[in-house]
Parts: sequence; structure tokens; C-alpha cells
Amino acid sequence: MEWAVFLPAAALAVAGGVGVVAARQPVHSAIALLIVLAALAVTYLVLAAQFVAVLQVIIYAGAIVVLFLFVIMLLNVRSGEDLPVKLPRQAAVAAVAAGVYLTALLVAVLGAARPFPPAPDGFGTAQAVGAALLADYLLPFELAAVIMLVGIVAAVLLGRRPPAGRGDR
Amino acid sequence: MVPATAYLALSAVLFTLGAAGVLVRRNALIVFMSVELMLNAVNLAFVTFARQHLSIDGQVIVFFVLVVAAVEVVVGLALIGEIFRSRETVDIDDVDLLRG
Repeated sequence: MEWAVFLPAAALAVAGGVGVVAARQPVHSAIALLIVLAALAVTYLVLAAQFVAVLQVIIYAGAIVVLFLFVIMLLNVRSGEDLPVKLPRQAAVAAVAAGVYLTALLVAVLGAARPFPPAPDGFGTAQAVGAALLADYLLPFELAAVIMLVGIVAAVLLGRRPPAGRGDR
Repeated sequence: MVPATAYLALSAVLFTLGAAGVLVRRNALIVFMSVELMLNAVNLAFVTFARQHLSIDGQVIVFFVLVVAAVEVVVGLALIGEIFRSRETVDIDDVDLLRG
């Protein structure tokens, strides 16, 4: 039963990942990224992580991808990727290197896999994650707020127009 | 029941795709999306190990990764916008003033 959910989601995620890397237009990359994020949210549900799945949809798919799409539209990007590649046979070398890297990664990570114990009731709910966040992880949680504030200030500062009359900065 | 190996293999494949995208693509926006792909692969591994050890800590860490990813995207896209405004390009090969 779980396979029937996992296999389509995994196939979609890999297809979307290839799309992100291979698409010529940034807009297509963003849509492919959206597919990956949705597929991963489904796998989180199968993994008894419902709160993380909801966060994934709201924050990633809802906020981050929309931000990407806005910037893509605002910049009206000339892709520039039709210029000749400076490195010879870059794609072939990249494919080989990715294969070697994937093998190493699989060897490293699959050795840590163990069978899943049955999940207790309430594992991964908003209540469980929230209790851990506000009890064991209170200080990092507050620091996350500071990081977000820094991000907001930086975005406002970087995004403002240069003051008029001062010329170049 | 889907074993942990399946999730971890999916995570490894996505991470490799993202790493390849960061190294091969030259459009700064697509490089950025590849970074997001890698972050998501790591999140999947965290959630898988949280399920395997029945420890909520893995899912809490995913929350923090989400926060940092959101801030990173905001600041990074603002920087890309600023670079585009001054240099009219988002090709990372064109932004090489610091090249030795």
C-alpha cells in the first residue's frame, strides 16, 4: 500500500529534479522545483511527518517558489546560456562525476538504514513538533526569529532604490 | 512497508542532481534552485532518520532548515536582483571580478 504512494511520488521527485537542472528557462526550473516539493511533501506524509509536510507546502511551495517566480518575472532574464561553454566536454565530465558522487553517497547513507519500528500515535503531529520546539529547542527557535529579522532587513536594504541625485553608489 | 533504503536512495539521487546543477548551470537563478533541491534532499534524509529512530528531533531540524532556506532565498534573490541591476546579467560567468 505504501509503495503505491511512494513510487509515483519518488518518480515525480526525480523527474522534477532532472527538470530543475536541465530546463533551459528559469521559469520551467521553478515549476519543476514545485513538482519536487509537492512530491516530497507526499513522502513526508508516508513517513509519519504530517507537520513537516504541511510546512513544506506552505513555506516552500507557497512562499519560496512564488518568490522565485516573482524575481524571474521582474528580472526578465536573458539566460546567456547559449554562449559557448568554457570547459570542454563539460556535460560528459559532469555526468561521470555525478555517477561517482552518487555511488559514494549511496554507500555512505544506505549503511545507516534500519527497518522502521511501528510509529506511535501522535508522532510527527504539530503538537509533538511544537512541544519539542518550545521545550528542548527554545533557544534555537528564538534565534530563528532573529535570523528572519536579519533576512527582512537585508532584503529591504538591498532592494531599495539608490537615493536620487547621488548617482552611482 | 517501504524500507528506509528507498527514501535514502531518493534523497541521495536528489542531492546529486542538485550538486550537478550547482556546478554545471550558469544561470544564477537555476543555481539557486539547485541549492534548494539539495536542501530538500537533506530534509528527506532527516525525516527518514527521524522515523527510523522514532525521534522528533529530526523533524525539528527540518523546521530550522526551512527557516534558514527561506532567509537564504530572500537575501540571495535580493543580491541577484542587485547584481542584475548593476551588470544586466544573471550569468555567473559574467560576475568574475574576484577571479584570481
